[in-house]
Parts: sequence; structure tokens; C-alpha cells
Amino acid sequence: MLSIGLGHYLTLAAIIFTIGIVGIFLNRKNVIVILMSIELILLAVNINLVAFSIFINDLSGQIFTLFILTVAAAEAAIGLAIIVVYFRNSDTIRVEEIKNLKG
Amino acid sequence: MIAHSVFFYIFSLIAIISAVMVTVSKNTVHSVFFLILDFISISCLFIMIGAEFLGMIMLIVYVGAVAVLFLFVVMMLNVAEQKGQWFSSRWDGGTHIPIGLLVSLIIFFELIIVIGGWKYKPDLLNSISVNISSDVTNTRSIGNVLYTDYILLFQISGMILLVAMIGAIVLTYRERAGVKRQSYVKQISRERDEGVDLVDVEKNKGVKIDA
Repeated sequence: MLSIGLGHYLTLAAIIFTIGIVGIFLNRKNVIVILMSIELILLAVNINLVAFSIFINDLSGQIFTLFILTVAAAEAAIGLAIIVVYFRNSDTIRVEEIKNLKG
Repeated sequence: MIAHSVFFYIFSLIAIISAVMVTVSKNTVHSVFFLILDFISISCLFIMIGAEFLGMIMLIVYVGAVAVLFLFVVMMLNVAEQKGQWFSSRWDGGTHIPIGLLVSLIIFFELIIVIGGWKYKPDLLNSISVNISSDVTNTRSIGNVLYTDYILLFQISGMILLVAMIGAIVLTYRERAGVKRQSYVKQISRERDEGVDLVDVEKNKGVKIDA
């Protein structure tokens, strides 16, 4: 309990991952919050990679985290651009109003 | 050792609470603030565990760029205040809540089972590609491999950022009617023949312009 090991970090990552998934499932109001939940999920993955990298003494996990950061930033930029365009066209970004695809 | 575990629990508690607040806040601006708090506490954890460079990069990239981008969009679209309960739904009367919670609980327990029951493969520790040596700083050792062994991935991630930038600009660009612009090409490519017109004026007749 008192000495922090790999399991603690993995558990933390699992909790944050699950919170991100809950955010995607339960949200009916706002697409931006869904994008933020995706950021949470990517953050949990980053925690896993960094924790493994430190505890097995291998640097490549941290390099991968760097690339995940890059991709996450690009994804946030594109997602927000799509949201801006959608808001301009249909004047709402509420999840329950977005039903152009009849899904 | 005690301090390490105390700070781990403090930071991870803050991270978990703020992650919950991101998803349940009714105000989207508050969600963005809690996202920032989450990233800050996780980067504190990274710095504490020995990945200082990633912790700092996380602060710069997420708090400095991504979260500000989110805040910018939230304020620009004027969607900050949510009316009604955040989880209520007009279409299915809220039946997605227990189902969603159930599915995510199952996912969580699956993750916990995986975390609880794994072991290193014995030859894993012999197959480490880049060793972390303690006499070189974290930033220096990342720099040593990032620009040599991983240079192709580095270049590709640069390309991804370029494509994302161009994509964001192309998506949000719109041509507005009634805006007068300079056309440099038109200005530069003007020839003498279009600009100057030589007319032989007859006596006592004058010149008719724009005939």
C-alpha cells in the first residue's frame, strides 16, 4: 500500500480510461465534452506507457507517448474544426440534435 | 518513499476527481478547467516518476495549446451553459444511463482483471531496446534516440501536424461575398498596353473616354 508500484499507476490509468468511456456513453448534450473524454482516454494510455517505460527501464515507451501527444493534438484540432463547421451550418452541437445520418 | 506515495495518492485523487468533473459538469467552460487540472496533476505524476521531459511537454502541449483551443471554441460557439440536466435525453427518456454505466463497469472490471493477473515474460527484460541510464538526464536520453533511431517517426508526426493544420484551415475557411481584396497577381502582371492608351486627337474634336 505504501510503496507505489506499477500496479498503482495501471489502476489509476484504468480508472481514468473508464471515466472517459462513461463520458462518451452518457453525454447527450455537448459534442465538445465527448472530445474532452477522448482526450482523457488518450491520457490514460499515456499513463500506462510511461509507467511501463519507467518500471521496466526502457525509454521507447516515452518516445511512443510523445507521438501519441502529437496525434492527440492533431485530432483535437481537426475535431474542433469539424464542430465549428457543424455549428455554423446547423446552429447547434447538442448530441441529441445531431441526427443527419439517422443513426 | 513515504513522501512519494503520499504525493502519488494526492495527485491521483485530484486527477480522478477532476476527470469525473469533466464529464458531469453542466457548464462546458468548467469542464475545460477541470480537464486542465487533470492534465496538470498527471504531468506532476510524470515528473515525480522520472519522466520529466514528458511531464513538461504535456503541460506545454495540453494546457498551453489543446485546452486553450477547447476554451476558445467553447466561448466562440457560445454553448457554455447547458440547459436542463446534463444526462437527460429527449429521445429515450434516460434509459441510456444504466446501460452505459453497466457497460463501462464491465470494461473497468475487465481492465482490473488484466492488471491483477499478468506477469512479465521472462525474456522481456532482456529485450529492452533503449535503456534508461541514470547518469544522463531524461531529456538528453530522449533526444539521443528521437533524432537518430526514431527520426522517421519524428518526421511522420511532423507531417501529421502539417496535414491537421491544413485540414483545420480548409474546413473552417469560408469565402465571404462583398469583400474587396487586392489581387497581387493582377497588379504585378499589368502590362504597358493595358495601362496606357495613345490616342491621336483631332483638332477641335476632343477625346471620348470609355468609348
